[in-house]
This record gives sequence, C-alpha cells and structure tokens, in this order.
Amino acid sequence: MTCVVRVQEADFDLGAEIRALRLGNPRIGAVASFIGCVRDMNEGDSVGLMYLEHYPGMTERELEKICAEASGRWDIFDALVIHRVGELKPLDQIVCVVVTSAHRGESFSACEFIMDYLKTRAPFWKRESTPQGERWVDARAKDDAAAERWKQ
Amino acid sequence: MTIQLVFLARLRERFGVSRENFELPAQTPTHTNTVATLLAALREQGGVFAEELAEGRAFRVAVNQDVVQLDHPVNAGDEVAIFPPVTGG
Repeated sequence: MTCVVRVQEADFDLGAEIRALRLGNPRIGAVASFIGCVRDMNEGDSVGLMYLEHYPGMTERELEKICAEASGRWDIFDALVIHRVGELKPLDQIVCVVVTSAHRGESFSACEFIMDYLKTRAPFWKRESTPQGERWVDARAKDDAAAERWKQ
Repeated sequence: MTIQLVFLARLRERFGVSRENFELPAQTPTHTNTVATLLAALREQGGVFAEELAEGRAFRVAVNQDVVQLDHPVNAGDEVAIFPPVTGG
C-alpha cells in the first residue's frame, strides 16, 4: 500500500491526481474519491472567508496513521490525502481523499473511514469570517459519532 | 526541567503565545511530571489559563505530537501541545 499525504496552500486537481495513481497499475479496478468544499453558510450565518490552521508535523503523522489503519482494515493499493491550509473562500476545495483497490467495496469503505477519522483526529482548525465577525468553528458531536461507528 | 509548550488555534489566540519554554519541577523518586501536573501548573498562572484549562473544558493535549491522556508522563525536552477539538475536513 502506498500512502501519500500533502498539506498545502495550493489548490489541487483531482483528475490529475487520479490519473497519476492509476498510471501503469492495471491491478486497480476501483477508485473512490471524496472532496470537501467551503460552504457559504455555516450555523445559519453567511461565511465570507475561512482560515485553516494546522499543527505542522503532527498533521502529516496523524494522516499517515489514519491511512495505515485503513490499509490494515481493507485491501487497498493507494491512499492519497490532500488538505489545504491558509485562506480559503466559498466554492474552494478544502480536502480530497482518493483510495484505489481491486474492487469497489474496499475503496468506498476506506475512503469514508479516512474522512471520518480525519475529521476527528487530524489537527486542523477552521476560523470563519461572518457578518458578526471572526469565529473559530466548534467541533461537532456528529463527527465524533461518525468516527465512533467504525469501532463497532 | 524545561519543556516546550505549543498552543494552537483558539487557545493560541486566547493565551497570546504560540510556543514557549516552561519550567516544571525536576523529576524525583516521589514526583513524576504528567499532563495532569503540567495542567495544574498552568492553571496556577490564573487568568485565561485557569479559565480555558479548567476541568470540564474541551481541549486536547499531545506530547511529542501524539494525543495522550492526563496520566501520560512529561519529560524534559518534550513538546507538549494544547489545542481545541479539531475541525478540519
């Protein structure tokens, strides 16, 4: 299993990333991907700008651990996680996860697992600008519940 | 003994510092520094430290970049990060 983790300010091109993963690997029969984007509304307020902070070093380590856990649970070939940091605005892409495998079930499950664990374990924080001023986004119990269900 | 504290996101803003050295009592046969004793020492500074790190407040602690529980040991030279629950993705 190969695991690639990138934390960057720059945008990414999912099509190019998938093409690069599939290149010369005819064992891949399935590719599942997820993209998270900046919404223009959160908690009932309009969001103009968003700033994403992280904990350099720990972020990469934690994402690699999550991908390794996914490969321990499912038979997958590649796991790619790209997460952007810095200033973002509505419509921007924030994060992508791509998983490849021989059959679709493994890719679908591993992709969702990686996202659920990223949401609760990877040290990123969002600060958003609303008409009421700047605020740090609060963690959501729904995200904890989503990660928790993989333990059953 | 000296450790390095790292504060992130909302806590970095509240404490007005992102990284600083912090002195803890030397380890002895009868005294072991842990995350719990570190938090107690930080709370003793009062003000925003006592407020934000009060028991029951939601924050996480990582020692050398691994999230740990209150009984985890803290040794000289460790990097101890304190941060709010994460909100990425």
